[in-house]
Amino acid sequence: MTVSRTETSMDAKDLKVVNKPVRKQDALGLACGEPVFADDQEFKGLLHAKLLWSPHAHARIKKIDVSAALKVPGVKAVLTYKDVPRVPHTTAGQGYPEPSPYDTYTLDSKVRYVGDRVAAVAAETPEAAQEAVSKIKVDYEVLPAVLDPFEAMKDGAPVIHDEPDSKNIPDARRNIAAKFDFEVKNGEWFKEADHVLEHSWSIPYLQHCALEPHTSIAYFDNFGRVVLRTSTQVPFHVRRIVAQALKLPVKKIRVIKPRIGGGFGSKQEVLEDIVAALALKTRRPVKLEYTRKETFVSSRTRHPAVCRMKAGVKNDGTITDAEMEITLNTGAYGSHALTVMMCSGSHTIPMYRVKNNIRFVGRSVYTNMPVAGAYRGYGATQGFFAWECLMDMLAESIGMDPVEFRRRNYIKLGEGSPVFKAMGEGREGVEQVITSTGLFEAIQKGMDEIKWAEKRAKYAKQSGPVRRGVGAACMMQGSGIPEVDMASATIKMNEDGSFNLLVGAADLGTGSDTILAQIAAEVLGVKTEDIVVTSSDTDVTPFDVGAYASSTTFISGGAAKKAAEKVRDMVLAVGAKILDKKPEALRLEGGKVVAADGASCALSEVANTSLYYYDQHQICATASHYGHTSPPPFQANFAEVEVDTGTGKVKVLDYVSCVDCGTAINPQLAEGQNDGAVVNGISHTLSEELEFSSNGTPLNASFRRYKILSAADTPPVRTFIIPTWEPAGPFGAKSVSEIGINGPLPAIANAIYAACGVRLFDAPFTPDRVLAAIKKAGKR
Amino acid sequence: MRPFALKCKVNGLAIEREIPSSRSLLDFIREDLGLKGTKEGCGEGECGACLVLLDGKAVNSCLMMAVQLHGKELVTIEGLKGRDGGLHALQKTFMEEGAVQCGFCTPGLIIASEALLRRKPDATLEDIKQELTGNLCRCTGYEKVLSAVEKARDNRNA
Ligand code: FES
Ligand code: FES
Repeated sequence: MTVSRTETSMDAKDLKVVNKPVRKQDALGLACGEPVFADDQEFKGLLHAKLLWSPHAHARIKKIDVSAALKVPGVKAVLTYKDVPRVPHTTAGQGYPEPSPYDTYTLDSKVRYVGDRVAAVAAETPEAAQEAVSKIKVDYEVLPAVLDPFEAMKDGAPVIHDEPDSKNIPDARRNIAAKFDFEVKNGEWFKEADHVLEHSWSIPYLQHCALEPHTSIAYFDNFGRVVLRTSTQVPFHVRRIVAQALKLPVKKIRVIKPRIGGGFGSKQEVLEDIVAALALKTRRPVKLEYTRKETFVSSRTRHPAVCRMKAGVKNDGTITDAEMEITLNTGAYGSHALTVMMCSGSHTIPMYRVKNNIRFVGRSVYTNMPVAGAYRGYGATQGFFAWECLMDMLAESIGMDPVEFRRRNYIKLGEGSPVFKAMGEGREGVEQVITSTGLFEAIQKGMDEIKWAEKRAKYAKQSGPVRRGVGAACMMQGSGIPEVDMASATIKMNEDGSFNLLVGAADLGTGSDTILAQIAAEVLGVKTEDIVVTSSDTDVTPFDVGAYASSTTFISGGAAKKAAEKVRDMVLAVGAKILDKKPEALRLEGGKVVAADGASCALSEVANTSLYYYDQHQICATASHYGHTSPPPFQANFAEVEVDTGTGKVKVLDYVSCVDCGTAINPQLAEGQNDGAVVNGISHTLSEELEFSSNGTPLNASFRRYKILSAADTPPVRTFIIPTWEPAGPFGAKSVSEIGINGPLPAIANAIYAACGVRLFDAPFTPDRVLAAIKKAGKR
Repeated sequence: MRPFALKCKVNGLAIEREIPSSRSLLDFIREDLGLKGTKEGCGEGECGACLVLLDGKAVNSCLMMAVQLHGKELVTIEGLKGRDGGLHALQKTFMEEGAVQCGFCTPGLIIASEALLRRKPDATLEDIKQELTGNLCRCTGYEKVLSAVEKARDNRNA
C-alpha cells in the first residue's frame, strides 16, 4: 500500500484539478506498448545510418577513401567532411544566440576525441551500413592529445580548436572554452574568520543513461521539406540549429517530438544534422539510432569537474567569506561549457549568506575526451558537492550541529544575493529575492523522519568495524532561465466542450503534458481528460525553448495558464449572450458556464454557438510567457549510511528528501520526478564513473560495466513534498525536476564522515576508494 | 543461407513465417511482426527493455534468435490481457501508482513482474526487487514501480 506523502497547502485548498494526483495522460498508451516512440513507426523505403567514429583522441584526416564503402551492396550514400557544408555551430540546444562557442562542424577534417564523427553511411540495411563503415579507409595524422583539463590549460599543450573559423572561444590557444571571474569585496579576505577551511572535490565522467538511445528519422513531406521525427528535448532548437548547420531555411524543416524515452539533458543536444544530411543526399527516409555504446561515448555526458572551495567562519556561526574555483572538463566541444559553469556557482553560492567576500573563478576547458553537455542538475551537482561538504566541515570547526549551522545561514524569504545578478547564463543575470521558501519546514520534516537528533547522539559512540551515520545537505535550483526562456501555448475549443492544448514544451517522460493540461483544466473548469494535449511539432505547436533548466512547470505552465485565461474570457463572452447576463457575473465550473443565480449552460452549447450559430468564430487563443525571476525550489536531504570499515562498502539505509517545489501541480508526478532524480544521484555517488584508457578510449561503455542502480540495489528513498506558494508561478508552482539529483553526493559524504570520521572528496564512493580513504586517515 | 520455416504462437495467434535463421528475436518481433511495444535499450541483455514471455518465462529477446521461438508460445506486452479481457492488472497498477514516467522501460518491467507473479503469486517485496534486477529504469527510482507490482499482487490475491 502506498500512503500519500503529500499534504495540501492552505492556498491550494480551493483547487479542483491542480495539486491532485491526476493520471498521467500518456500512461495508458505507454503501459500497453503502443508505438509512440521515435523508432516505433514504419517508413517505406527506410535507410539505416551508421557512423564511423574516430579511433584517435586527436588526429587530422590526411586522406579519406570511401570507394570501397560505396561498393557495398545496398549502400546509398557515404558522407565525409567534403560532402557537407562547413558551418561552425554548437550542438547545445539553447536559446539563440547560444552562449556556447561555435566550435562544431557536421563533419570535419580533424577529429578531437575517441568517438568523434568521421563519416556517415546510409544503406538499405543496418548490416550493409555497418559493413560500409568498416570499409572506409582513413589515413590519419595522429596528433598529440591532452586528456586532462589542467594540462590542457598549460603553455605548449596541444591546441584542440586551432581551426580559424570557430567562433566565441575565449582562449583557444589555452583550450579555454568558457571562463568567468567574479568577486564581491567588502573588506580584507578572511579577516574576520575564526576558521578558514579549503578543499577540492571532484566528479568524474557520468552519463545520463536514458533508456531510449538517441533516435532520429529524417524523411520528406509532400512539399519536399525535411521532417525530423526525433527523440529531443528541444524541438525548436533542433529546427534552428539543423537549418544553420546544413544551410537550409528554417521553413524547410519540421521537427516532430513523439514520446521520448528519457533525456535528463542528453537530448538537449542537437545531433540531428547528420541524419538530415543523409536524407538530403539520398532523398530517402533515413534512421539513425545510437547503440548503447555510442550513447555512452558519442552523445553527451556530465561535465567532469574539480571544484575547490575555501570559506571562513566565525565561532558564532557567521560565514565570513566564500570562494569557489571550478574547473570543468568540457571535452572536445564546448557544448553548454559556459552555462553549466555559471550554474555551478549561481545555483549554489546564494544558498548561504556570506557576510564579507565572495569570489567565483570558473573555467571550462577543452580536452580530447567525450563531449560534456547538459545533465540534470547542470553544474549545481558539481557545485553543491563541494559547498555542502564544506558546510559540514565549517560546522564541525566551530562545534555546531551541521543542520543548525545551515539553518542560521541559508537564504531566507525576502533575501537576495549579489550572485543572482552577476552570474547569468550568457547574459547578465537577474536580480531577485526569495519569494517563497519551505526550507525551514523541509529541514524539520527531514530531521523528524530520519530521527536526526537521536541518531546523531546514538552513532556518536560506536565501536566495531561496521559504523552508521546520518548526514544532511540542503539545495536550491532555479525555475527556468529568467528573461531568456520563453514558452507559449495555444488552446482551442471543440464542439463537445473539450479543448486542444498545443504546446511546444517537450514532455520527455516527465509528465509535463499532464500538468499543463491540469493547469488549463483548472482555469477552464473542466476535467483534465477534456484537455487534449499535443506536444510538440514545430509545424503545429507554438514556440517553446524546450525541456531544460527546470523550466516547464514554471514557464510553459505560465503560458498554458495565460492562454486558458484568454480562452476562458472568450467562453464567458459567448456564455453571457446565451444566458443573457454580464460576463463578469459568470464563472466556469464543472464543464459549464455558471451564473450566481444558478443559471448555466454547457460548454458544448457555447462551442456550438460560436462555431455554427451566432457571431461565428473559433474560440482559440495563444499566450506566451517568460520569467522575470527564477524562483528556486528548495530541498533538505538526509541520508543514513552504514560503512563497513573492513571492506569500504557503503550501504545507504535510508534517504529522506523533502522538497519545496511550491504547489505540486501533480503531487504523484512531482514525487516521481524527485524519486528518480535522487536515485540517479545515489547511483552517481556509489558506483557511476566512465573510465578511459591512457589514450582516451572509453573502457566501460555498457550497462554491464557502467553500473547504474537497479531495483535490488536502490535504497529506500522517501520523498516528501513541502507545499509553499510561489507568487510568480502558475498556481504557486516552482520547478521540481532537477534539484533532487544534487543531494546524494554531499548528504552521503557527510553521513559517511559521521559514521567513520573519513571525508570523501572524489566521487564515486566505491569500496576501494572508501577503504583507501579510511586507511589514509588511520581510521581502522 | 536457407530461410527457416518458423511455426509458433504469438499473443495467442498461430504464426507461420519463413525467416532468415540469423534473425534476432527482437528484430523479428519489432520489424517482422510490427509489434513495437518491445523495446531495445541496449541490445546486450543488460536493461530488460526487450523482455517477452516465452512459454511463460521472461527472456531478453535481444539475446535470442527468432528460430528459438519454433514450437513455442510468445507473449509480448501487446498480448497481455486482464481476466476480463481488458487491461492487465499490472498495466492498471502501473498507471495508478505513477510507475510510468517515460515508459520506455515499462513493457519490460510489466513482463518481468508478470513472469514473477505467475511463478510466485505471493512474491515478497524482496522477491520483486530481485526479479527486477535485470530491468533498468532511469526515471522512476523504482519506488513507484515496486508499489505497482505489490498492488497488482494484492489485487490478484484478493
Ligand atoms: S535490449 Fe535486451 S536487455 Fe537491453
Ligand atoms: S520510466 Fe523511463 S526508464 Fe523507466
